[in-house]
This record gives sequence, structure tokens and C-alpha cells, in this order.
Amino acid sequence: MEVSVTVNGEVRTADVEPRTLLAHFLRDDLGLTGTNIGCDTSSCGACTVLVNGRSAKSCTMLAVQADGAEVTTIEGLAGENGLHPMQEAFHECHALQCGYCTPGMVMAAVSLVDEYSDLDADGVREGLEGNLCRCTGYQNIVKAVMAASE
Amino acid sequence: MIPAAVGYVRADSAQAAVAALGEHGDEAKLLAGGQSLIPLMRLRLARPSMLVDVGRADDLRGISIDGDAVSIGALTSHSDLEHSADLVAACPLLAHVASQVGDPAVRHRGTLGGSLAHADPASDLPAAVLALGGTLVATGSGGSREIAATDFFTGFLESALAVDEVLTGVRVPVSTGGWSYQKFNRRAQDWAIVGVAVAEGGAGVSLVNMGSTPLRASAVEAAVAGGAGAADAAAVAVDGTEPPSDNNADPAYREHLVRVLTERALVAAGA
Repeated sequence: MEVSVTVNGEVRTADVEPRTLLAHFLRDDLGLTGTNIGCDTSSCGACTVLVNGRSAKSCTMLAVQADGAEVTTIEGLAGENGLHPMQEAFHECHALQCGYCTPGMVMAAVSLVDEYSDLDADGVREGLEGNLCRCTGYQNIVKAVMAASE
Repeated sequence: MIPAAVGYVRADSAQAAVAALGEHGDEAKLLAGGQSLIPLMRLRLARPSMLVDVGRADDLRGISIDGDAVSIGALTSHSDLEHSADLVAACPLLAHVASQVGDPAVRHRGTLGGSLAHADPASDLPAAVLALGGTLVATGSGGSREIAATDFFTGFLESALAVDEVLTGVRVPVSTGGWSYQKFNRRAQDWAIVGVAVAEGGAGVSLVNMGSTPLRASAVEAAVAGGAGAADAAAVAVDGTEPPSDNNADPAYREHLVRVLTERALVAAGA
């Protein structure tokens, strides 16, 4: 089936099987390998992207469901003037070690800050419960999201 | 894993979905947000031959309040329930329970109708609708009908919906009396090991993950109605349950937990 998805501002069209996950469409059809896949069970959040501005786990969405939607991946987050403020905050606060969870963590954080006003540190922890990091212990991730939300 | 090969059609209205289900029979599955179905397909625990995608049926989305009734379209997302100022005012229990489902990314995609039709005894929203005494509206080839929430959940992941029926909406009463939702889990974003929902100061009480279906705690409701205090009413929370055994807990642990959580919920709801 032919799908047409606006990815990072550019209309991308491909012929996909209905069972194709959005994550595989982004990685394999479009070559956007910044979106990682870490689990089989919607648990880890490494594949988080924005669909019409809100976080979604691209391993738990079919490409055919994204037909006509606007998708933003980590590759599309930085603007002409450099890194997105959330990327900048992750950099400044050293909110990553191995970096595998980072694209999904950043995309989830961008959506979280946009969705919830008045976030405190507990709210950030709860809001990122769908994104697992096995390196940092989350301390600096929370710091970064708090810094970017100010 | 990648799901098994599957056919795909879009149905942009309830009528179109009923027609597609009629054509493809019981090997077809409705796809709404996909937050329960797609993980099952990835693990190949579900292998439908045809997906009927109702995700674009916009007439099934939305929240409206008319007098003392709240009507919610089946495709309304958990996130929309959580953030609806109207729902927070008219039925705070349901808005709060929606905010406790999964994580934000799941709540953006998952739908109220999908959660109810999936009929998972460990899910949050079925318990809220049960405690509120809600009514589900379904459309099939024979027309529309209403199903009381108490009659809707018939077995583990089984509901009263016929093969060609589509859940189109849910109605709950405006409910601003004392309420609480107690959800106990040990891992972030996990399902409840046990959960308890209380509406209207204990007039409606329901239990999560205490049997093969979401359960109404009739014995607790009767105790509250008879004037029992929270501790005495919570003592009968196990009545009529058949708690499962899994990696998280054995039945005895769940029986203990449900008494503790029921008492907390009743106290929080002012019973």
C-alpha cells in the first residue's frame, strides 16, 4: 500500500506492507536511523518520534496509520540556528552516556514539556516513565528536561 | 518482531467498519490506536488476517456533556480524556484514571473504546467505567444497542460485542462525589498488579486484575450502603474475586493488596 508521510517537513512516499511498523519505515525505507529500536513490547521508548506534534512509539504504530501525518524524528529537530533547546540541554547537562536511548528520550521530553505546564522534577520522572535509560540513573536527564523547560 | 502478514482496509465511519467486519468475519480485527493490538501482533500472540482501521472515523471522537450524562466517542484518546477541562469537572475519576494509563506516548495513541473492547482485566479504564455504572453503545448489522458495563466483560479479553459489532461510544453519569483510583505496580508504566476504583463515595467500587474480567466489588458497595466504615467494607473486597497468579504476585498477595487498596480508596473518597 502506498503511504505518504511528511517526515521532518518533507513529503516522503513509499509502498509498504500493512504490517510495516513506522519505526521500520523510518529506518529502512527512509534511512533515518536516528530512531532506535530497543524492545518488542512498547516498553523502552527508544523509538519515540513526534506524530502530529505529540510523542508516539514508532514501534507501536503501523506506517499505514501514519499516512497523511506529520512525523518529526531526531534528525528533524535541530533548526537552522543549531541544536533544539532540548538537545542543547542534554548536551550541557551531560544527560547521556551510551546514547542509545537519547533520540527517543529527547523526542519524549520535547512532547512532555509542550504538553504539561508547571513540570517539576517528579513530573518529569513520571512523564518519562515510558523511556528507559540503563546508563545514567536519570539524574542528568531530569536536570536537562528541567533546564530546557525553563 | 515484525507482525505476521496481514490485510488492511480503512473504515472511516462506524457503518463502514460494520460492513468490513461483516465481509471479513472473525479473522478481522478493528485497529484504533493499536496500543494493545500492535504489541500482541508483534509478539504474534494475535495473528488477524485483516485489520479494519477505524482510526480516521472522526465522528467517533469527542466528549459531550448533556444534563447529567457524559457521552464519549470510542476513539477519544486517553490524552484527550486526561486534558478535557469539561471531563475533569464532570467526571474527575475518569479523567484521572485516563492519566494513569501507560505513559504519555501510549496515551496519545490509545483510545477509550479500544481499551474497553480489549477487555483486559488488568487495564485501568474498564474499572473506571464499571465503578461509574457506565453504558457502552455498539453498532452492528442489526442496528445500535446499549450494553451496561456490568454485562460487557464476559471473559479474559472477551466482551459482549458480536463479531460484526463496533463499539462507538461510552456514556457515564456526571459524577462529582468522592472518588479515588488506587493503582499498585512495581515497575514504571506497568499494568496494575491490583487496582481499585471508587466512585460516589463508595456507591460504585471496582477492581483491576482480581479475576479474568474487570470486576465490580458488589460486596464492598453493599457494605458501604449499609453504613460500614472503610476498614470493615474493605475487609470484604475479596468476595467474588478469583485473583490470578503471575510473575508479579500470587493470589494470596493480591487478596491482601486488594483489601489495603480498597480501604485507602474508600478513605480517599470520603466513605
